[in-house]
Amino acid sequence: MKTLRHFIVLIFLASPSIALEEVYLEPNQFIKNSFETEPEIKTVWLKKEIKADIKELTGLDYPGLRIRYWEVGNKRAWILEAIGKVKLITTGFLINDQSIEDMRVLIYRETHGYEVQYPFFRNQFKGLRFESQKSYKLNKKIDGISGATLSVNALTKLSKIALYLDTLVAQSEN
Amino acid sequence: MKLAYLIGILTSILFAHVYANETTEQKIHELQEQINLLASAIEDSSSTSNGWWDKTSIGGYGELHYNNKEGSNDVIDFHRFVLFVNHDYTDKIALFTELELEHALAGEGKEGEVELEQAFIRFALKDGYTADAGLFLVPVGLLNETHEPDTFFGVERNNVEKYIIPTTWWQAGIRISKDFGNGLTVDFAVTDGLKTEDGYIRGGRQKVANAIANDGAYILRAVYRGIPGLELGASLFQQDDLTQGSSADVEGTLSVFHLNYKKGGFGLKALTGSWDIDTDTEAKDQSGYYIEPSYTWDTDYGKVGVFYRVADYNYFKSDSNNQEEDTSFGINYYPTDYVVLKADITENKANNETLSLGVGYQF
Repeated sequence: MKTLRHFIVLIFLASPSIALEEVYLEPNQFIKNSFETEPEIKTVWLKKEIKADIKELTGLDYPGLRIRYWEVGNKRAWILEAIGKVKLITTGFLINDQSIEDMRVLIYRETHGYEVQYPFFRNQFKGLRFESQKSYKLNKKIDGISGATLSVNALTKLSKIALYLDTLVAQSEN
Repeated sequence: MKLAYLIGILTSILFAHVYANETTEQKIHELQEQINLLASAIEDSSSTSNGWWDKTSIGGYGELHYNNKEGSNDVIDFHRFVLFVNHDYTDKIALFTELELEHALAGEGKEGEVELEQAFIRFALKDGYTADAGLFLVPVGLLNETHEPDTFFGVERNNVEKYIIPTTWWQAGIRISKDFGNGLTVDFAVTDGLKTEDGYIRGGRQKVANAIANDGAYILRAVYRGIPGLELGASLFQQDDLTQGSSADVEGTLSVFHLNYKKGGFGLKALTGSWDIDTDTEAKDQSGYYIEPSYTWDTDYGKVGVFYRVADYNYFKSDSNNQEEDTSFGINYYPTDYVVLKADITENKANNETLSLGVGYQF
């Protein structure tokens, strides 16, 4: 019975603190932080071949008709989304010379695996690039977080999509 | 005079030309804007329907097992068929449920059971706190909370987490969790408790089915995931009276430590758990550990992993303390993510071998 009484007290302790809060980096802020000068906003249209490549590369059917990106010189910021287990994860990638300079989880809606937003995890993405442009193989392996396998998989796939699109845009602009 | 006339004509042609160019450019620009508007409208209509189906998600897992044990009948069993249904009421208040059919057929005198393993409301609070209220899985060990078949090696779950931890183990109550933002998470829960007269822990699970709740339990867990690939955990479960008042108070405390490490293809899982039960019977000490190195690699046809596990444990059941040692090795093959085919051989203390085959999935 003693435990039951503690239980009840705990509920009342907890109830007033149910005030809601969003924890993420605003996409606009991510773009702002990424560039020193005002970036140009551009669009990649997801043509059939591009969707097919993304599917082959990651197994994902990327939805939508186009993806916006922000560009200054050879530095581009991409905001992409994929489902972790059941919810979308909104992620920002900053790519410089086809190599990831920064990866930030902007909006995280899953209840597990929130560790993916912390520096100890996302620092692994710095310097991530394709070994060669033909193979589309990443130059290093991303170590997972136990209990967050699905979110880690989703982020790894998004990093491939970001690098792929960035390579595509760089080739067409040259 | 003629020259001025000519210049006049040329100038007006030039202006007309420039003007024509401008209108074409303007038209292209307008067209571009229209295409963008159209694309936005299509994207919006396909992504924001706001129906209940947008806030409700379904998942699940299942596993079919075949066991060929020396000296026993061969058995094939659809061990678990599980459905998750989750619903978001708001961005910060969500429902989680898990309903399981065990052994394929449930009913009076049948092999299986239908079980409600999770049903709780989660509240996301300030400063990395969350609160869960309802029926939830006890935060202890490696398998109890994460047991989808593609997440572990071996067809059957290991016996240390079957008899010492009593996986799958759920209780009802309230849990507060704090994410410290550096990889450390601490959970504290107050729940109803086990009810065992003789000290058989696995048999003490009341499964929140009209459970006797004279004596509750406290659960404390700390997990550190601050280095990619690493998980370290420590859990404590304490209950003042494991008998729920049916005899003199028998206090029980379970402590569990676990490690899960993955680096490249190399994996290592280790867990140790022990009960301290305030009794003079053989049920007093029940404990066990296992250690499981593994190696996983990619092939052209999917991922393959091999493992080796040593488990040593003693548990009280049927009036005696059973000392066991299991040695297992086997293979997991993933033709695609979240689908797994498994095979393993386990040898027990009496040198009896069991060959197990399994197929499992989650979605």
